[in-house]
Amino acid sequence: MITEALVLSAILFVIGTFGVLVRRNAMIMFLCIELQLNAVNLSFVAFSRLFGIEGQIFVFFVMTVAAAEAAVGLAIIISIFRHYETVNVDSFNLLKW
Amino acid sequence: MSGVLLSLAALVQGSSEAANEAGHFEPFLPGLIVLLPLLGFIANGYLSLRHARVSADSVRSGSEFDLSDASSRPSTHTLPTWIGPGVMGAAFLITLVNFSRMLGVHLEEAVVVHYWTWIATGTFSVEAALQLDQLSIIMMMVITGVGTLIHVFSVGYMKDDPGYPRYFAYLNLFVFFMLVLVMGSSYALMFVGWEGVGLCSYLLIGYWFSDREKADAGKKAFIVNRIGDVGFLVAMFLLFKNFGSVDFISIFHDADTLIYGGGLVTAITLFFFIGAIGKSAQIPLYVWLPDAMAGPTPVSALIHAATMVTAGVYLVARSSVLFALAPFSSAIVAGVGVLTALFAATIALKQNDIKKVLAYSTVSQLGYMFLGVGVGAYAAGVFHLMTHAFFKALLFLGSGAVIHSMHEAYHATHSHEDAQDMRNMGGLHRPMRITCITMWIATLAIAGIWPFAGFFSKDEIIWYAGAWAGAEGAPYPQLYTVYWMLALVAALLTAFYMTRMMVMTFHGKNRTGEKEQGHLHEAPPVMWIPLAVLALLSVFGGWINVPEALSSGWAGLGGLLPMSEWLHHWLEPITAQAHRVQEVNLGKYSYYAPFGGGEALWAAISTILAGTVVFLTVQIVRRQEILAVKDDATDLSGFSKILFNKYYVDELYDRVIVQPILRISRFCWRVIDAGIIDGAVNAVGWGSKGAGWLVSMFQTGSINTYAFILTVGVLFVLGASLF
Amino acid sequence: MAPVLFYMFAGLAIGGAIGVVMAKSPIGSLLFMVTTLGAMAGTFVLLEAHFLAAIQIIVYAGAIMVLFLFVIMLLNLGHDYQKDLKGGAFAVMSFGVTGVIAGFLAQELGTTGIQDGPGGASIDALIAEHGAVGAIATELYTTYVVPFEITGILLLVAIVGALVLAKKEV
Repeated sequence: MITEALVLSAILFVIGTFGVLVRRNAMIMFLCIELQLNAVNLSFVAFSRLFGIEGQIFVFFVMTVAAAEAAVGLAIIISIFRHYETVNVDSFNLLKW
Repeated sequence: MSGVLLSLAALVQGSSEAANEAGHFEPFLPGLIVLLPLLGFIANGYLSLRHARVSADSVRSGSEFDLSDASSRPSTHTLPTWIGPGVMGAAFLITLVNFSRMLGVHLEEAVVVHYWTWIATGTFSVEAALQLDQLSIIMMMVITGVGTLIHVFSVGYMKDDPGYPRYFAYLNLFVFFMLVLVMGSSYALMFVGWEGVGLCSYLLIGYWFSDREKADAGKKAFIVNRIGDVGFLVAMFLLFKNFGSVDFISIFHDADTLIYGGGLVTAITLFFFIGAIGKSAQIPLYVWLPDAMAGPTPVSALIHAATMVTAGVYLVARSSVLFALAPFSSAIVAGVGVLTALFAATIALKQNDIKKVLAYSTVSQLGYMFLGVGVGAYAAGVFHLMTHAFFKALLFLGSGAVIHSMHEAYHATHSHEDAQDMRNMGGLHRPMRITCITMWIATLAIAGIWPFAGFFSKDEIIWYAGAWAGAEGAPYPQLYTVYWMLALVAALLTAFYMTRMMVMTFHGKNRTGEKEQGHLHEAPPVMWIPLAVLALLSVFGGWINVPEALSSGWAGLGGLLPMSEWLHHWLEPITAQAHRVQEVNLGKYSYYAPFGGGEALWAAISTILAGTVVFLTVQIVRRQEILAVKDDATDLSGFSKILFNKYYVDELYDRVIVQPILRISRFCWRVIDAGIIDGAVNAVGWGSKGAGWLVSMFQTGSINTYAFILTVGVLFVLGASLF
Repeated sequence: MAPVLFYMFAGLAIGGAIGVVMAKSPIGSLLFMVTTLGAMAGTFVLLEAHFLAAIQIIVYAGAIMVLFLFVIMLLNLGHDYQKDLKGGAFAVMSFGVTGVIAGFLAQELGTTGIQDGPGGASIDALIAEHGAVGAIATELYTTYVVPFEITGILLLVAIVGALVLAKKEV
């Protein structure tokens, strides 16, 4: 069970990474990041079966932080949207050399 | 005036008596002799810098002060007039005191006054020390004495030049270096002076640097000198390698360890001679001296007649024991000397510029000096050096007075004729009586007419060339016989061209022009007094080294004239070591010339022949139709043309040496320096820019790209941690 | 029974994840995400992490996804179904890199072959003693109380920050 769970977590993580790399919509990118976080949660829980309850406690904290991060990140996206009228990340290119 | 002289004599007497009682030679402020000209240089240099702002423009354009407006002159002229000749006079007086002290003591070894250690590394150490012995004191007397006279002359000659303080600064610096050269106690210190006089010669020849030709002449002198200096350096290196030191005393002490005629001593002496060839203008490095006439005439008198060019002769005389141990090198020295004497004499026959005639005459007489020291007559070579300083300085200063007068005449009529061309002169004995008389004295001296100075010195050299040819163990008897004959021919040529010069300049009809004639006048006292002093020396200066055979015979009027063999005995401690080597290896020199006849006979023959040449030349040249430059339309042809163009030696050097070097330099500059080296440095710059541009491509501003690179980084970390 | 369930939930999760990445409209992505989260909760249950499964549904699927939905609604994003997938070489490269990472991870994690471990027994004991919630609470409020409190402060900061960032005029 643990092994399968870990493999699943790896696959989900990789899918999430692919999504971050490939999507242009900022909202969807954010969603994919959440997917990555979830995959990591799964792997923590799987390892807690090996090592003890600490894994699950860590998942607790990860979720909390994910929530906080989601709130702040979405607020940022809203304020950017106000300026650019779009959430397409290709138009956020002020850092271009 | 007499009071001063008396007290001076008392002072001199007193100090020499004290030395007599003490039994050894106590040098009197020798450092001051060297220091005074240096202080003069600093003072005059400071003055010239201070006035540079005022006079810079006129110096740059090569013009002079307005002759009618003397008010601007005192501000720049007063101090240098006193400092320049003043330090020289003071140096001469101190030298005189030392000389008189040395007279009373029979000095066996040189006295070295030590000041500080200049170089001290490992096994090599050079002291900053001055050596006072018989040879150096003679040189010092000549340098400071004739130098003072020339400084006084310059006060009058250069009075219209805006760079007046700079002139005296350079002149003083030159004397400083020359004194270091002759007073140095080691070859290294001599080399300091050697290089220094080369530098000052460049500064003074290119004194009027705004004229491109004159500046080039200065460069030519310095560069050709430098070619010879390589030889000097190599010889010094060889000496150090063999003896572990470059001090005179230690080297000559161990000189007996050298094998007679061996490879090492031959190499050392040949390399020293290469240095001497450069400095003393022998074949093939004489080309700078005629060009050096671009400098002011007193400079030519001091540097190119009396002092700098004699440095080579001094070097050989100082290293007499080394040259005595190397008969091959000595033969080469003598051969080059006599060839140069003959070669330069032939060129001088056809020159029209008065200073060029004197320049080639100098080269020729230097050849005589080298002939003297080459055949082993070191005292005779030094003697000719001394008398040559007197009459050649007189000739140059006299020509300077003539040129000065011609220049003022042309200036007054705003004419642009050449003031130095003898075809523009003629009949100057009327306005310039004193100059004419003194220059005739010098001409008779240089021609070798009894009883003037040049007769005794030149005759002694020619005599020794013949005498050593007949020595028992002479290595090259036939060669030395040839040298003897060539020297005689060159002496006759000397008489001819010098007389030609005198007649063209001072006698016959005046060709300067109708309007200028009224402006020709005698030189002011500040200029003719040194001429008179030098004339006296040219008359009586030769009487201090007359061999017994002559002074008791006809030359000394049966012992009536106060002649003596003083110089020969004076220099005995210096040349003793060399004479011992000569006695051991060559035996005694013969008392008869190669074709028979003793010294007195050949002396009489040479002076009669010289006198005949002078007389005939006067007749020939007076009858010649000489035209002024602007009227002279004749073209030379044949051998005359070759002589006038100095055998095209300069053109040959240009073709064979200068142009290839220029081409190589241009190649090095354009291809190697600008192309390869600069290109490499520039390439580094471009490479950095390119690398920066490449790296900047990472900054796309696109979040996806950043995330991608992040992921690639994660991949690497994973890979590294797993493997 | 458990393996079958597990593979079912796993398939659902993966399908949902792929849907998140490939869906054209943001709302579609969001709904696929909810599916994935639900499947993950199921997996948690299978791994005896009951409390976390509940939290996952309540907090993640219930609050965070709703927040996302609200923002999408606010920004009126659901209308234009524009293709915003990056195509071309970049997508291929990304696929390649992520595939390699997947391979590494799968190789390392998948070859352990562990089915259950010693930690599981301690968790079961804890659950038996205190109950599912109590098992976590016991540790949380004793050993990890400081991070707990700090997390509280973190949430406070996040709230204030979100408020400040999203205001119309600062």
